[in-house]
Amino acid sequence: MTDVLPAATAAPPQRGARPKGPSHANSGYLFVLPFLLVFLAMLVMPLAYAAYLSLFREQLVGGTVFAGLDNYTRALTDDRLVEGVWRVARFFVLQVPIMLALSLTAALAIDSGLLRFAKVFRLGIFVPYAVPAVVATLMWGYLYGPDFGPFAQLAEKLGLSAPQFLSESHMLGSIANIVTWEFVGYNMIILYAALRAIPHDLYEAAAVDGAGAFRVAWSIKLPALRPALLLCLLFSVIGSFQLFSEPQLLQRLAPNVIDSSYTPNLYAYTLAFTGQEVNYAAAVSFLLGLVIVIASYTVLLAATRRSRA
Amino acid sequence: MTSTRPATRQLRAPGTTPATSRTRRRRSLASRRSNLLTLGMLALLIYFLLPLFWLFVASTKTTGDLFSSFGLWFADDFSLLSNIRQTFTYDGGVYGRWMLNTLFYSVVSAGGAAFLAALGGYGFAKYRFRGNNLLFALVLGSIMVPTTALAIPTYLLFSKVGMVNTPLAIILPSLVSPFGLFLMRIYAQDAIPDSLIEAGRIDGAGELRIFFQIALRTLAPGFVTVLLFTLVATWNNYFLPLIMLNNPNLYPITVGLAAWSSQTAGGGGSTGELVALVVTGSMLSVIPLIAAFLLLQRYWQSGLSAGGVKA
Repeated sequence: MTDVLPAATAAPPQRGARPKGPSHANSGYLFVLPFLLVFLAMLVMPLAYAAYLSLFREQLVGGTVFAGLDNYTRALTDDRLVEGVWRVARFFVLQVPIMLALSLTAALAIDSGLLRFAKVFRLGIFVPYAVPAVVATLMWGYLYGPDFGPFAQLAEKLGLSAPQFLSESHMLGSIANIVTWEFVGYNMIILYAALRAIPHDLYEAAAVDGAGAFRVAWSIKLPALRPALLLCLLFSVIGSFQLFSEPQLLQRLAPNVIDSSYTPNLYAYTLAFTGQEVNYAAAVSFLLGLVIVIASYTVLLAATRRSRA
Repeated sequence: MTSTRPATRQLRAPGTTPATSRTRRRRSLASRRSNLLTLGMLALLIYFLLPLFWLFVASTKTTGDLFSSFGLWFADDFSLLSNIRQTFTYDGGVYGRWMLNTLFYSVVSAGGAAFLAALGGYGFAKYRFRGNNLLFALVLGSIMVPTTALAIPTYLLFSKVGMVNTPLAIILPSLVSPFGLFLMRIYAQDAIPDSLIEAGRIDGAGELRIFFQIALRTLAPGFVTVLLFTLVATWNNYFLPLIMLNNPNLYPITVGLAAWSSQTAGGGGSTGELVALVVTGSMLSVIPLIAAFLLLQRYWQSGLSAGGVKA
């Protein structure tokens, strides 16, 4: 991604009939200012405010007092938070490879030209992305459910016991399935767009060399997809670690399996709105953001190092 | 792996013109359409579409049939229309209100976000002002800041200034799209030649006029891409409105449906009736976005391709 940056300055300055550029150059501020103002107000300020709040503590006697880093030391030793972070980390390791493998397979298959009705597949697989997470979760919740879920109905017809999708041992997998269902199409489209951007002469050259479709996919398409795959991976890290809607909605179906600290985000929500522990919630939010940034960099570093080796 | 790329280029026979190799490729592809691959992809397609088919089937059933008939096929009683009527009339027509709220929040947010991203992306791509790269790197780095980790701090900030429980509490945070800015910057760089801007200047047009009358038209596919993806993000947003709003009249569809569904799970009262409403309401709520994506596919796909070149 960083190689985009020099490109802006690499373009040779156009010195035409008019004297010079700098006066134009400064009107660039005019264009970027509105975005930067909103960026400052809606992204930087909340972060700064959270950082500020996280340094205080509410007390029954004496009101809000400065607490230094107490909230952070409390968070780092908070079993509920640590357990939640490990759970979403496990979720990431379980779900993201499956999702990205499916997206990659679908994108390569659709781009290969070996498929009939490629357009139907492309749009059909993408459709779930347009379904809100809330609707997807409610829907899968019904599908999983023992009341009128088709799985339970089929099992009953066959004389088997209904599968327990919402039990403690299967819950994480059931959530992973919902998230996979929602986002394979989105990642597929990003990868597919990158595939379409591969220069055509590469394929022609490969065809002349007698390379088959799989050889082309392996030797030309996969290397060219690396930046797009990294982007998908990055979005997946962020998505996994801030998991909220799916567990929060499934909680009603399985209150004994999903507690209020099932994921770090659910925990922060509970702290802020049920527990009224605003300062501690701010610290947890801030730490969660930090965990995500660290996880993102770790994953990016690991991915780029491995592909260079 | 990357070393194969120059190798294939070198090995290309000097005599073949692109035209002949292209026809050869097309012919060989047409003869090699793979049934196996198509079947495998069909299984994948069924996985993605079957739940939605179930949702549609379920929305045509009465609550009784929902529990008693097989989920993946229609019951004798086709009650889609009466379900839709009930969904829209229940609780004083609050569902229609949620629909309109969602539409309002997401159209204003997406329009605003796409406009800010287009303006900013164009500025970053086409003007070499001091601090350009630094500011852009700062914005790009913020892609990693998770929106939900921001939501609670934003709520605390808004409650300080009395802005919670207003439409602005949903719209303002949704106006920032660092990824949109990133996409628009790439797009502006590729799509708008400097000579076009220069020609506008020679004709005496101001910088803003050049943007609105010349550049914006060229940016349209990128603009629609950012617009659509922000539209989805706002339309589907749950966490932010959940914490920002507690007045049911301001709810977007996601929070409203979740509230209905929690009433069915809570038990007591008219819960049976509500299950059919949650199902029908869910089904109806996905139609507008799917329609928007299908209708505008030409734009967003070309917009994404441009982003894919350098992303």
